[in-house]
Amino acid sequence: MSSSIVEERTQTIRVIVFVLGSIILMFADHRLDYLKTVRTHLLALVYPIHYLVNLPMEWGQWLSTSANRRFRLLEDNAKLRKENLHLQVTLQKFDDLKSENDRLRHLLGASVKIGERVQIAEILAVDLDPAKRKILINKGKKDGVFIHQPIIDAVGVMGQVIHVGQFSSVVMLITDPEHELPVQVVRTGLRTVAKGMGMVNRLSLLYLSNTGVNTGIKIGDLIVSSGDGQKFPKGYPVGTIIEVTPDIGQPYAQVHASPRAALERNREVLLLWKNTN
Amino acid sequence: MNMGLKQHHGSWVLILSFIFGFMLAIMPLPVWAIAWRPNWVMMILIYWCLALPHRLGVTTGWIIGIIHDVLTDTLLGQHALIFCLIAYISVKFHRQIRLFSVWQQAITVFILVTISQVLGIMIRSIFGQPHMLGFFISPALTSMLLWPWLFIILRDLRRTYRVS
Repeated sequence: MSSSIVEERTQTIRVIVFVLGSIILMFADHRLDYLKTVRTHLLALVYPIHYLVNLPMEWGQWLSTSANRRFRLLEDNAKLRKENLHLQVTLQKFDDLKSENDRLRHLLGASVKIGERVQIAEILAVDLDPAKRKILINKGKKDGVFIHQPIIDAVGVMGQVIHVGQFSSVVMLITDPEHELPVQVVRTGLRTVAKGMGMVNRLSLLYLSNTGVNTGIKIGDLIVSSGDGQKFPKGYPVGTIIEVTPDIGQPYAQVHASPRAALERNREVLLLWKNTN
Repeated sequence: MNMGLKQHHGSWVLILSFIFGFMLAIMPLPVWAIAWRPNWVMMILIYWCLALPHRLGVTTGWIIGIIHDVLTDTLLGQHALIFCLIAYISVKFHRQIRLFSVWQQAITVFILVTISQVLGIMIRSIFGQPHMLGFFISPALTSMLLWPWLFIILRDLRRTYRVS
C-alpha cells in the first residue's frame, strides 16, 4: 500500500513538472524561433503517419486514372497538347517582352528584375488544426524548402512555408487569420496589406483610409504582391476586390478581396525560389 | 518506472493502437463533420490508463500530446499539457472508473473530453490563436457515443494479445 502512495506522489510531482514544461514550451514556440530545428526533426518523425493517411487518396487517384477509358485519355492528351502550344506561343512573346523590359530598365539605371525557379509539390490529404488554414506538402528540407518560402499555384499566390520537416512542410495559406501579405492595386499602384480572415475565400485589406477608397480602389480591381517585406517576389496576382465599404465611424474603410488561387481545391502547388544570378 | 525489472507484454499493441488513433485524428473529413470528430487519441489514452495504470501515465500522455501537436501543427505543448493532465486524472481515479458500467464510463469520457476542450479554448485565447469551429461540446458527445465500441475492441485486443 505504501508503495502505491509513493507511486501516486511521484505521478503528482511529474504532472506538475510536465504542465510547467508544456507552458514554457508553448511560449518558446509562440514567441521565438528556438524550436525550428526541433520541429524539423519531429515533423520527419511523424511523416510515416501523414504518409499513411494520404495513401488511400493516392490509390483513389491512381484507380480513377486507370479506370478512365482510353478515348478519354486520348481526348485529354489532345486538349493538353493544344493548351501547351498556346502557352508556348505566349511564352515566345513573353521572352521578347522580358528582354525589352530588361533593356529599358538598364537604360533607366533601375535594378534588373530577378527571375524565379519553381518546383511542383503535392498537397497531402491530411486535416491539420481545423481552426487554421494550413496545408501539408510533400517537399521538405531535402528538396531545399526553407521557412517563409512563397507558395503559388497556376493563377495566384497561395501562402508561405512556416514549418519545414525533412520530407514534408507546413504551409500557411493567405486566408489564415495570422497571415499578412503586402499587396498593391495594379490599376493605381495603391499599397496595402492583405490579411486572412480564417474564411476560405476572403481577404481583408488593411489601412485603407475612407478618402483613399474613392480614388485608389474599386470593385473588380486586381491586387498583386508588392514585394515589400522581402518574402514574396513582386507582381504575383493575389486576388480581386469584391467589396468596398467606406465607414465614416472608423479610421479605415472595410475592403475585402477574394483570393485568385484555388486555395482549397488544389492537389498540386508550386514552390518558388529566387534566382540570385 | 521499474520497466526493466518487470516483463511487459504486447507493447506493439499499444503502439499500433495509438498510431491508428493518430491516423483517425488527421483523416480528411467533410467540412460539416470536422467539428464532430471524436477525440480518438484521448479515448485510446484513457482506455490504456484505466487498464494498465502501472504502465502508462503522465509521461506517456505528454509524449502522445507532443506527437499530436506536431501532427496537427498546433503550438508545441498545447496537446501535451492537456493529454498529461487527462492521463493523470485517469490514472488517479482508475479504481473507481473501472467499477463503472460501460455507459457510466462513457459519461466519464464525456466529462474528460469536455475538460480538454475547455483547456484548449483557454490556451488558444492566451496565445491569441483562432478558435475551433462549431460548438466545443460536439467532440465530447461523439466521443461518449463511440466509447462503448472502442472499449470492447480495445478490451478484446488486450485479452487476445495478453497486454499487461
